[in-house]
Parts: sequence; C-alpha cells; structure tokens
Amino acid sequence: MAYFLQQLINGIALGSIYGLIAIGYTMVYGIIGMINFAHGDIFMVGAFIALILFLALLSLGVTMIPLALLIVLLLAMVLTAVWGWTVERIAYRPLRESFRLAPLITAIGMSIVLQNFIQVAQGARVKPLQPVVTGGYTLFTEGDFAVNLSNIQILIVVTTLVLMTVFWLIITRTALGRSQRACEQDRLMAALSGVNVDRTISLTFVLGAALAAVAGLLYLLYYGVIDFYIGFVAGIKAFTAAVFGGIGSLPGAMLGGLIIGLIETFWSAYFTIEYKDVAAFSMLAIVLIFFPTGLLGRPEVEKV
Amino acid sequence: MAEPGTSFGQRLGPALLDSLLAAIIAFALFSLLLGLRMVDKVTGLTLQPRPVLLAVAVGIVFCGRLLLNLFVWHAEYPLTAPFAKLFTRAPFERRDLIVLGATLLVATLMFLFSLVIIDSAAFELVAASVFIFLGIGLVRRIIVQFFPDLPYGRIFTVGGIAFAVLFPICAYLLEKTFRLGLPLRYLLDLSILVLTYVMLGWGLNVVVGLAGLLDLGYVAFYAVGAYTFALLATHFGLGFWICLPIAGAAAALWGIILGFPVLRLRGDYLAIVTLAFGEIVRIVLLNWTEVTNGPNGVSGIPKPTFFGLPFAPSGDGTFSSFFGLKYDPLQGIIFLYYVILALAFITNLVTLKLRRLPIGRAWEALREDQIACRSLGINTTITKLTAFAIGAMFGGLAGSFFATRQGFISPESFTFIESAIILAIVVLGGMGSQLGVAIAAIVMVGGFEALRHTEGLQSIFGEGFDPALYRMLLFGIAMVGIMVWRPRGIIGSRSPSIVLDEARPIGGGLVREGRA
Repeated sequence: MAYFLQQLINGIALGSIYGLIAIGYTMVYGIIGMINFAHGDIFMVGAFIALILFLALLSLGVTMIPLALLIVLLLAMVLTAVWGWTVERIAYRPLRESFRLAPLITAIGMSIVLQNFIQVAQGARVKPLQPVVTGGYTLFTEGDFAVNLSNIQILIVVTTLVLMTVFWLIITRTALGRSQRACEQDRLMAALSGVNVDRTISLTFVLGAALAAVAGLLYLLYYGVIDFYIGFVAGIKAFTAAVFGGIGSLPGAMLGGLIIGLIETFWSAYFTIEYKDVAAFSMLAIVLIFFPTGLLGRPEVEKV
Repeated sequence: MAEPGTSFGQRLGPALLDSLLAAIIAFALFSLLLGLRMVDKVTGLTLQPRPVLLAVAVGIVFCGRLLLNLFVWHAEYPLTAPFAKLFTRAPFERRDLIVLGATLLVATLMFLFSLVIIDSAAFELVAASVFIFLGIGLVRRIIVQFFPDLPYGRIFTVGGIAFAVLFPICAYLLEKTFRLGLPLRYLLDLSILVLTYVMLGWGLNVVVGLAGLLDLGYVAFYAVGAYTFALLATHFGLGFWICLPIAGAAAALWGIILGFPVLRLRGDYLAIVTLAFGEIVRIVLLNWTEVTNGPNGVSGIPKPTFFGLPFAPSGDGTFSSFFGLKYDPLQGIIFLYYVILALAFITNLVTLKLRRLPIGRAWEALREDQIACRSLGINTTITKLTAFAIGAMFGGLAGSFFATRQGFISPESFTFIESAIILAIVVLGGMGSQLGVAIAAIVMVGGFEALRHTEGLQSIFGEGFDPALYRMLLFGIAMVGIMVWRPRGIIGSRSPSIVLDEARPIGGGLVREGRA
C-alpha cells in the first residue's frame, strides 16, 4: 500500500510535467490542425535556458532560492516564447496554405535543427544541476518503507495547478481566448469578422512555448540532469497525453498527462523499467486506434 | 513595408527598422544559448561567455535581413532573378548579364587573390562553388538554347544509369592501368552508402509518394530486414542470397502486422503511430538481449558470395582464384556496389510497373481522395496495406544489404533520425518522382558526407572545426528551407502514370497528399 501511494505521488508529479507540455500540442492542433513536432524540443530549449539562467544567477550572487526561481521562471518563459514564435514564423506560417503534411515535415526538420543547435552550442554531455529545492515531508511509514512527499513534487503540482487555472481563464474569459476559439472553429469566418488570424496563431505558439518552458524548468528541478535529447521522448509522451485527453481540449491535455505519467510510473515500478517507453508508445497506438477522439474530445466529421 | 517601385531612399528606412527588429529577436534567441557556454568544472557547471560569437550571429541576422530587404524582397529588380533565370528559359536582359558578369568577376578576383597572396582554402572554396553553380547554369542554358526539344528527362535518366553501371569498373581499370591515385575505396564506399539511401528512398516512396501515407517509422522495417539476416546468418550459417528474400518477406510481414491496426487512422495520426512503432522496435532490439545481444549488436555477419565464390585473400574456390585474378580487397567492394545497384534498380522497376497496374492506380487515387475511392468501391484497407507491405519489403531488403555490408549491426543504427533522413529524401526529391528521390539522396547523403572532408571549412572556422557535428544541423536547415522554398520538392512535377491522349506533366498544384 505504501509503495503504491509513493508511486501515485511520483506519477502525479511526472504527469503534471507531461500535461504542461501537452497543452502546447493540444492548442496548436486545435487551432491549425497540425502536430507541432518541434514542441518537445521547445521544451528542451526551455530547460536549457532555465539551467543557464540558474547558473548565471548563482554566479551573480543571487542565493535566495524563491527569488531565483521566480526570475528564472519568468525569464525562461519569455525567452522560450520567443523561440516558439520564431519557429512558427520561419517554418509553419509560409506553409499554412500548403498541403497538410508539409508543415509536419518542416516541424520534423525544425526538431532536428533545435536538437543539433543545442548540441553544437552547448555540447553533447549531460548537464547536471545540484538540487535547488530540497526537503519534504514523510507522510507515514509502513514497516521500513516511508512514503515521502518532497517539496519539489509539491512545487510541481502547485505550479501546474496555478498555470492551468490561469490558462483556463485566458481561453474562456479574454478576447485572445475568444479569437483563439473562433479560429479553431472556422479560420476564414474568424478573419472575416475581424479577428487577426496570424496574430492569434502566433500567440498560441507563444503561450504553448511559455508553458513548455515551465515544464522544462520543473523537469530540470525534478531530475537534476538534462541533455539535448530529452525533448524527443518527452514530446511524444506529451503528444500521447494530448490525444488521450482529446486533442483540442485543455482539461483533456492535463488529464491525459496525468494518466500517461501514472502509467509510466506504475509500469516502471511493477514491471520492467527498460520497457517503460514501450508502454507509453503502445498506449499511444491503442488510444489512437480505439479512441481517436480521446476522453474529452469532440468527434471529427470527415468531409468531402 | 515599402511597395515595389519606391526609391531606394524610401525603402532604406523601413528596411533598417525591420532588420533591427530581426536583430533584437536574434539576440533574444541566442543571448543565453550561444552567448554563454556551460563548461564542466570540478565544482560543477560554470558559464563561459562567448561575446564575439554572439555578436557575429546577431550581425549575420541583421546584415542578411537588411540585404534581403533592400535587394531581394521589396526591390523592383531582385538581385536573385538572374540566377533563377539560368534555370529557366526566360531571355536574359542586359542587367541580368551585368549581375552575372559581376558575380563571375568577383569570384575570379577572390580566386586569384587567394592563389597569389594569402593562399586561403576558404576563398577558393567559395569561388569554386560560384564557378560550379554558374557553370552548370550556363551549360544548361546553352544546351537548351541550341536543342530546345530534346527529351531531357530521358537523357538524364539514361545517362545516370549508364554512369552508375560503368563507374566502378571504369574507375577500377583506370586506376589499375594508370595508377592515378584515386581514393577509390572511399568513392566506392560513399557510392554504396548513397545507393542504399536511394533504394530506401524509392521504397518509402511507394508508401509516402504513391499511396500518400506518411510513415515516420520506416527504419523499423530496415531494422527487421537487417536483424533477420544477421540472426539467420550467425545462428544457422545461412548465406546472404538465401536470407535476402526471407528478410524481405519478414519485413513485409511486419509491415502487414503493424499496418493492419493503424491504417484507418488519418494522415498525421498515422505518422505519429508509425513513429511510435519504429521506436518500439528499436527499444525491443535494445533490451531483448537473449536474442539480439542488446546494445552490443550482432557481429560477424558474412559477406555475399559471387555465385558461391567468396571474396577471400587465399584458398581454393575464391572469386580471384576461380577467375585467375590477383586478389584485391576492392573486388569485394565493387561486387557489393553492384549488388545494391541491382537491388535499387529492382525497387525502381517494380515501382514503375506497379504504378501501371490497377493496384498502383488505386494507390494514387487513394492519395488524392480517400472518400472518393471508397465511393468507387476501392477497398482502402487492402490498398493501403499492400503499399505498406511492399514499401516495408524494400526496406527489409535494404536492411539485409546494410547488415552484410557493415558486418556488424546494433540498434544504434536504427534510430528515428534515420527515418527522418529517408523521409527527407523522399519529400525533398518531390513526392512520387523517382528521379527526384535519386537526386535528393545524392545531394543529402553524398553532399553531407563529402562535407566531412572539406578542408576549406576548417580554414574558415579554425582547426578544431568538425563538419560532422554540423552535418545534422545543416540537414535540418535544408529540410526546412527546401520545404518552405519549394514545397513540391526538387522535381515538383512528374509525368503521369497513365495518359489519355498526350503526356502532360502533372503540376505540383494538382497533387494533394494526405487530404483525407
């Protein structure tokens, strides 16, 4: 029981990170109907930016951890958002009227570019960071096994909850959210009613990248090591989460993220850790084949 | 933004502003990731500032954007026009000739300057590229000028085939008679590599180009073929020629097994699921140590024999002793070259034949409009499945060849990046065009491989510069660039598979893949 509870806590923390990345996929898919394959690498870039900012702050003598965390969080969000914007501007916008697979191919190209750019600019070795957020609580002990809830796990879940609420409000209450939902339903009609479609799409990418940066920072704090390759696998799992929850749906992405995180954690805990990615990938195939609309998604009608 | 036709002075202001904005964005992008480098120290990671590199990167963005703004994008007469004209049939104007002449003059001056004064390989490299580019363009223009109606596509194809068939024998004989000192071994290895990718490209072209199914896990079938042969050869001592069809059949079977559940998915979902399958195959190969030997891979895979005659330095019944030749390791490599050439040709011929059969027409119809196909009574599942299986079979054959050529395989060789490279070759070559795929394979694989050995780049970026590191970066940039610049690939139009009255090339606009 204690072991199960511990894995549940670990799975929820991991799932929150996947959920944050999944929101980027789901928003972009909802609005322009493309899989932003480079989004996982935007997450990786965000993690690298966060790490460099941390090191820079440390060398500048900022030792107050909450302050440093806040600065890193905000700056990383802004700088990663610039990356997201640039990727959309360079690789997707020129192809918006092209055939459907064209932006997917540039997205794969962009993913290769981002990975190799980071590898060239920062080296291929893994980058460690000493634990920043330490400590935690022991919930209870059962025999020798103690169930721990660490501060970093609390931080991850709280940050995710806060950001989810903020984003939910943005999408449902603001003008930007309204134009976003309008573009999602009918881009041409939205443009005719005075919505600036290009700007709305750009902002979608900016928001998705900002959330990916948060996920990158949390990943960095949680695991303590990053390399230029983390974006690929995390990206696929987050995409699975987005599809699972129903692509285009914000709460769905979060729910999907949690489920994928739990599946992965329990699989590693009770079966084999080597095949944990196989579990996640098989999950993707099964979900797409049997529930293509996901848990909270709307069925898509195929039209001539 | 300024309209075309406004004066240079009027355009300068907005152009400067726009370039400044681009420079600011570039600074935001690169300030941390390029301007600071994390270095491992005993005390942990420390940051090492690189202001010069950052300044250069931002400067390049600023100047490049400014030049493009002033002379290409909003200019009344884009400076790139004369170069583009080299590859069309439009008549030259006087200013075109001036621009081309000036470029040639600058390149010549650079070349002479380098030759006489500073002896810099970088200058020579740039000048040589300009010469080659202009030379190809001019030769093409002159030929088109004098013989406007020759069937160029056919001449090109026949010439390419003749060259591919004759190249190793001629080069070998020339080398043996005249001792030219050609790097023959390297050239042959490179050609074999390129041909392997040509074959893979043609195989994937059946799936992506003809049937319009985006397959991101093609490397899985390549791996299945390679491992089938490697395991049969090392465990049961079977030879290459027996295992080749078995490997092809195994890959096709896997194509059917993997394809069956996923083929009713939409275009981009299908892409992601095939990607997932590709990764699953790799992870299983990596972890199923009892059978595949895990990350250590399978070694000691035999080479193919020439009708039962092995290529060995000594002993009876070897290739050299049977024909009374002096043993030379190059003979085996030349044989491998012909094996992959034959396999690639078979792939191409089968594809071309299939395109004329009802099944091939069904593939192309499926790519254009899936719902219409279903309404006409085409069984879409069977049609997709055959495309998937045939593509997988060619992947398996190529994988089996890969295993025999390397003599060693490990899961490392079958990562997603391989799938991406093969897909890039198909897409950049122009989906559905066989010639385009071959050209793209030569450019993308051969070109980037040649990059490894270019000395000029070292002199630009310093001695420690390793082009191999930048290979994939350039590859990705090329993938994005070509796609944005020419979404239809290098060869955007192709001749139709069946014609009613006369053969007209199909314009890129008519082809709409993956709409369903």
